[in-house]
Amino acid sequence: MSEQVLTQTPVDKLRFTKTPMTIRNERAQSVAKWAFCGMSLAMIVPLFLIITYLVYHAAPSLNWEFLTTLPKNGMRDGGIWPAFLGTIYLVVISLAIAAPIGVLAAIYLNEYAKDNWFNRVINLAVINLAGVPSIVHALFGLGAFVYAANFGYSILSASMTLSIMTLPVIIASTREALMSVPMSFREACWNTGATRWQTIQAVVLPNSISGILTGVILQVSRAAGETAPIMFTGAVFYKVIKGGDLFAYQLNEQCMALSMHLYTVTTQVPNVKESIPYATAVILLGSVLIVNATAIALRSWLRNRKKW
Amino acid sequence: MDTTVKTINVEDLRLLYGTREVIHGISFDIYKNEIFGIIGPAQSGKSSLLKCLNRTIDFIPISKVSGTIKVDNENIAKTRDIYSLRRKIGMVAPLPVGLPISIYENVAFAPKCSGITNKGDLDGLVEKCLRQAALWDEVKDRLNNLGTALSGGQQQRLTIARALSHQPEILCLDEFSIAIDPVTTMRIEDVLKELSSEMTIILVTNLIYQAKRLTNRTMFMLNGDIVQIDDSEKIFSDDPGNQKTLEYVNGTFG
Repeated sequence: MSEQVLTQTPVDKLRFTKTPMTIRNERAQSVAKWAFCGMSLAMIVPLFLIITYLVYHAAPSLNWEFLTTLPKNGMRDGGIWPAFLGTIYLVVISLAIAAPIGVLAAIYLNEYAKDNWFNRVINLAVINLAGVPSIVHALFGLGAFVYAANFGYSILSASMTLSIMTLPVIIASTREALMSVPMSFREACWNTGATRWQTIQAVVLPNSISGILTGVILQVSRAAGETAPIMFTGAVFYKVIKGGDLFAYQLNEQCMALSMHLYTVTTQVPNVKESIPYATAVILLGSVLIVNATAIALRSWLRNRKKW
Repeated sequence: MDTTVKTINVEDLRLLYGTREVIHGISFDIYKNEIFGIIGPAQSGKSSLLKCLNRTIDFIPISKVSGTIKVDNENIAKTRDIYSLRRKIGMVAPLPVGLPISIYENVAFAPKCSGITNKGDLDGLVEKCLRQAALWDEVKDRLNNLGTALSGGQQQRLTIARALSHQPEILCLDEFSIAIDPVTTMRIEDVLKELSSEMTIILVTNLIYQAKRLTNRTMFMLNGDIVQIDDSEKIFSDDPGNQKTLEYVNGTFG
């Protein structure tokens, strides 16, 4: 119907003809779209390949028993329970230390701190701490926690070293989340005579909590994956604990860890069954991906409740 | 209007943002229960002046205020309780800000912060403030909806209700009618006239006719200076006694 009208009235037809300018714009638009799409694919494909490759090689060892039993024959056979449990301990304890400190410090820096030299020094310290290599954190942990604080080579020392390592990143991500709450909300509260803390409670925290939680949970993968900081402070090659028991470690003991175990079985132990290192890697990667997926789900759930 | 009582007394107020001076030493009085209009083009320091009154200017790190502002004869620079000062002054910002909490909580927030916890008192206060802001009839059935889900004009009235919720003695309205339709604006103007019997109202506006309709006295500001303060009848007459005022009011300025 409308086409008929268009063909009948030449003026209208002329008006909606593509100009050379429109054609150029459309061409540039489609080139950009496909280029960006290709880059996104280029990011996903390697990840997909890595996972497929790992799972393919790990398949013979991937079962429930592998997860819940101890290594056998000098780690050439058997499961990875001590390493798996050790990693859980290290991650949970290090985040239990780093998250409250980091979040509270970020709230201070973003909501209370004035722009003076003292707070600029703190900011600079946070940024620089985030750039320190993990091996340096390891040496610091060795000196500070193992020897000076006399915690010895233990889960506690290793966790604290990991928490020092994750702290600056948690501070940075929390500040980012707090900054995303519009200033006008705070001003509206201040105008009614609310204190800073009342404002933070009522408006700032409820609207930044999703970002804060995501930032903290993403640090799980970092804490679980690092080898250097725990190698110097509390992780060991081999330790006998009760298989399948969740409370098998004490805080003042040393422990095994997945990242460390992967390094050990690939480089230090000859004649290991081929699927064992791959299966270890799959479990490390899998737990990290599960935690990250939880974070993403949590974030989208909280964001749906987000209120503007 | 009670010209014997100065509710606000400003002496030689200067305001600097960094090194840029935006208010150049102005002095004026505002009397109890009057509606005091402030007119002037953009960048003349009207909004900054309001921020100085309730000291939210403190939150702008680069700002520096000198001179004295007295509210009810108390120097606000030396006040002990900054929060009760801010509760004494209701502030309506030019852009509507519905807080991302329920409509009820938006209005009950300030009373709760000042320590009112009785549910019955809060309910009464919320209804009274929303009625005064001409919003009650539109939201009474959905008080638990989000303040941010309201339309722009409704959010602006919510902002007015919030400013009234801490029972201020002085009400500052900064361009309150930008986002509101003329009919609702007239309803709120009627409310303001009623309120002026119990509180002092400062009205910053770009609408010359609104200032003419409502205000007892009007101050014309230009680039951080006062050009003229006088009775509104005189300011908006054919002969205000100042060429710049005449040009601005008639729209032939510049």
